[in-house]
Amino acid sequence: MSGVDPLVLLIEDEPQMRRFLRAALTARPYRLVEAATAAEGMIAATSHNPELILLDLGLPDGDGIELTRRLRTWTAVPIVVISARGREADKVEALDAGADDYVTKPFGLDELLARMRVALRHARLSASANPEPVVTIGSLRVDFESREASVEGRPVRLTPIEWRLLAYLARHAGKVLTHGQILKDVWGAGTSAEPHHVRVHMASLRKKIEPDPARPRFIRTEPGVGYRLRDPETP
Amino acid sequence: MTEPASRPDPDALLKRVEEAEAKRARARLKIFFGFAPGVGKTYAMLEAARRLRAQGADVVVGCIETHGRPETAALLEGLEILPRREVAHRGIVLHELDLDRALARKPAILLVDELAHTNAPGLRHAKRWQDVLDLLDEGIEVHATLNVQHVESLNDVVAQITTVRVRETIPDAVLERADEIELIDLPAEDLLARLREGKVYIPDQAARARDNFFRRGNLLALREIALRRTADLVDVDVRAYREEHGIGATWPAGERIVVGVGPSPSSARLIRAARRMAEGLRAPWTAVWVDGPTPLGRADRERLEAHLRLAESLGGGIARLSGDRAAEAILTFARRHNATRLIVGKPTHSRLRDLVYGSFLDELVRRSGGVDVHVIAGGKVEPLPRESDEPEREAAWPDYFWAAEIVALGTAVAAAVDRFLALPDVVMVYLVAIMISAARVGRGPSVFAAALSVAAYDFFFVPPRYTFAVSDTRHILTFGMMFAVGLLLSEMNRRVRARERESRSREANSAALYALAKDLGAAADAASVARAIALRAAEAFDGAVAVLLPESDGTLSEAARFGDAALDARDRGVARWVHEHGRAAGLGTDTLPGSRASCVPLRAEGRALGVIVFVPRAAGHAQDAEQRRLLEALAQQGALAIERATLASDAEAAQLRARTEEMRSSLLSSVSHDLRTPLAAIEGAASALRGGAPGLDAGARGELVETIYEESARLERLVGNLLEMTRVESGSIEVKREWVPLEEIVGAALDRLERHLGARPVLTALADDLPLVSADPTLLEQVLVNLVDNAIKHAPGGTPIEVSARATPGSVVIEVADRGPGIPPGEEETIFRKFRRGAGAAASGGGLGLAICRGIVEAHGGTIRALRREGGGAVFSIVIPRPPGEPS
Repeated sequence: MSGVDPLVLLIEDEPQMRRFLRAALTARPYRLVEAATAAEGMIAATSHNPELILLDLGLPDGDGIELTRRLRTWTAVPIVVISARGREADKVEALDAGADDYVTKPFGLDELLARMRVALRHARLSASANPEPVVTIGSLRVDFESREASVEGRPVRLTPIEWRLLAYLARHAGKVLTHGQILKDVWGAGTSAEPHHVRVHMASLRKKIEPDPARPRFIRTEPGVGYRLRDPETP
Repeated sequence: MTEPASRPDPDALLKRVEEAEAKRARARLKIFFGFAPGVGKTYAMLEAARRLRAQGADVVVGCIETHGRPETAALLEGLEILPRREVAHRGIVLHELDLDRALARKPAILLVDELAHTNAPGLRHAKRWQDVLDLLDEGIEVHATLNVQHVESLNDVVAQITTVRVRETIPDAVLERADEIELIDLPAEDLLARLREGKVYIPDQAARARDNFFRRGNLLALREIALRRTADLVDVDVRAYREEHGIGATWPAGERIVVGVGPSPSSARLIRAARRMAEGLRAPWTAVWVDGPTPLGRADRERLEAHLRLAESLGGGIARLSGDRAAEAILTFARRHNATRLIVGKPTHSRLRDLVYGSFLDELVRRSGGVDVHVIAGGKVEPLPRESDEPEREAAWPDYFWAAEIVALGTAVAAAVDRFLALPDVVMVYLVAIMISAARVGRGPSVFAAALSVAAYDFFFVPPRYTFAVSDTRHILTFGMMFAVGLLLSEMNRRVRARERESRSREANSAALYALAKDLGAAADAASVARAIALRAAEAFDGAVAVLLPESDGTLSEAARFGDAALDARDRGVARWVHEHGRAAGLGTDTLPGSRASCVPLRAEGRALGVIVFVPRAAGHAQDAEQRRLLEALAQQGALAIERATLASDAEAAQLRARTEEMRSSLLSSVSHDLRTPLAAIEGAASALRGGAPGLDAGARGELVETIYEESARLERLVGNLLEMTRVESGSIEVKREWVPLEEIVGAALDRLERHLGARPVLTALADDLPLVSADPTLLEQVLVNLVDNAIKHAPGGTPIEVSARATPGSVVIEVADRGPGIPPGEEETIFRKFRRGAGAAASGGGLGLAICRGIVEAHGGTIRALRREGGGAVFSIVIPRPPGEPS
């Protein structure tokens, strides 16, 4: 922790949403800069250098996804997208364009704060360039150094691709990963594998680590978007 | 007892209202009516026009014949004159009313001289009065001039008086359609004086007629006719007024006239007489024709059809009867229709024929009973042109040759057997030859064969042989008899053939109509009716048939066509005209006769429903009367079927509207209930918390906050459902199929419902061998969420919800089962309807959940059913097909 409350840039055109988030965030240890349009957002991002950006995808003067791409050309600041339900394709596009996470309207404040925390932590971790050697989520333990995983202390035997999959999820624990990102980062760019290969291997991975694969506790499905390993900080 | 108040007859009143409406919609027609040329009709019309012009009316001269009269020409000064259309015809240039220009100019009032004028060939209509009807249809008021002798029903009377028959006539209906008739009267003496002063224009070609026409006696008689006709028309108005105001019944009780007509030219006179009588008696009338045992020739049939059309155009009904005895058929018809008078023509044949066949008139009069029989002179009938009424093909030279060959063969046979036979037996051989010729070839070759036989017999067999000389006069008789037999046989043969042809053509017609009727029975919509009509008409006639139906914007589009000829712009133009005016036009009619196509309107109950377009294979080959009748019959049947189909689809649309209405009201009640309830709770809780909520303990405050949170979630579900439903309804639901493991979808759904499920147990039983399903994961998840949510709502808390899936060879079956109250019998289907809620559904998504499920599953090509579960509860069973190409 830097000692100073993190500065959050909120780009959202609806005054009611801004009012609610202003009330909710400033009561917590966050400082807030607001922008109502994509253009204002761009200016605010360059002038205030925020530590996190909350971005509404439906802006009056432009596409939030486009704004994400432009931001990503010069900054790695974590971006959490706020989007309406039923626009899964938009979410995937935003994530693939470089957004870190998303919340779906309507959302609970707890959910948003958890996403913001995850995003900030990931940003700090990648900035330190010294990743944690072990990730623990409840009874699931992923050890990157020994390349071993265990549930409730019992080691789990994984195929190489399942290991790579689990390690990738654990490395980004709490963050949503799209099918495209998983394909690219686990199978490698230029792979001929298809999204259903991800699903099939994810299903076999779940069979090995989940007590009830039909009601998974560790690997959550984000319908239409991808997967997310449960955040180790939320129970 | 009081007399019932004198009330107008509702039917008559309705008719009056309809006419008044039609008149309002149609522009006014004013006719300046005169009894002879030169009385000053054109002058009067122009004077009136100038007055109107002075009052600021938009008056335009369509066409005026000044005939070089300076007074008339002077009146044209200052009036806008529409340029005439120049039509070159046989080397002279005719100046006709330019209908298109008049329609384009669209003045308030157009002046048109000589209503009965016949247009030059090539114009849209054959007659100027047809142009005028078009103008009136377009809302242009027309002022026109007309002389009494041009009125169809008065044509005969005038011809009798003046001995001059005019060919240009207008139907009485046009005169009756006039809103105002101004009689231009002039004493006969004054007219004669004007004639002497050279002020009356007489066309040169009519100069011969002038002396006959302009005699004082004639003029007096014509003037009287004109005055009487005008008075009659005024009387019609008065009568209409009386009916409208319910003034006493002056209608002579139930007079009804039947007139017997036939192909004889005198029938036209009978028809006109019947009309005059009917006018006088204010009685309805019908022209009947009895189709007897002898078939009519082509010319006769055409004349008969012309007579029936005449009767129709004069406002009479027509009926075709059939029967061996004409008198009996007519009387039966008359009695059945309560006719009071019967009009028939005076016989023109000799008494001899009556002696042989029995007298039609005698029988009619004797058996007429209470019906008055009027026998009317047929008038001097010009002998019919003795045209061959033999429609059969021209006898070709090969037929003569063939006949000669038969005779030659006969001669050879006779020569071979000559020595064994007597002369009369040789005659028999020739008779056989003649009979064969008569049976095989037409009349000409048969007669030729008879003559040749006589000659050959004479030359080869009658002594002295090898000369044409005859030694015994007895042989002359033999020759005569041979020839007579030949003639008789060929005549008999001709009749048999004519009859056969007639019955064949009738059979073909009724077969076509029958086939159409059968097709129409199966046709459910206007398009299939159109196809049936086009098919049957194309089968019956030699050419292409298209059926055009109006689109919603009023334009005609081709609904069906059989045959090669595609319609060109001109054909479509004719069709449009026919559709707009409801009258047949094109080839073989009076309107646009130069067209390549013949168009018949499809009309039922006065509604224009479409047009049949017939393009004959041989260009310009118009249909004969029989074929026209068939086409009209097809059109009539087709129109009724189209109307039925449109009525059915109207009814369907009305039903749909009613359903939509029902849905809308249930949506409103659903929305008002389901949206307001959570809103009320939220607003109430929020207002209680507002302002710090003094006096509330922490527990109560927490309760209120929880209420707000839960009710918001409920609102969100409802809004989500409404949105989802809109997508399903609008068909914009887009299934993005992917190969997904079912357990992933089940997991995601249960994950989403985690909060909502609370402590309720959910049992999942997914078979191990489940293949990947081809589905949109987001949508399928929604289905499962809705079904599980539904189970949470209906089954008591604590009872388990079971989600299971198994594979079958062609599909994957997913089931969601609960232990709730189950589905009431008979509602297994209705629960999938929108805004349907099971009894006791407390927290609800507006009754949309299951409807959305069905929409989504069906978009996947699957099915969803609700079943009663054994041991109590409900089972929702989803079947998703397994498409080929499933990854292992």
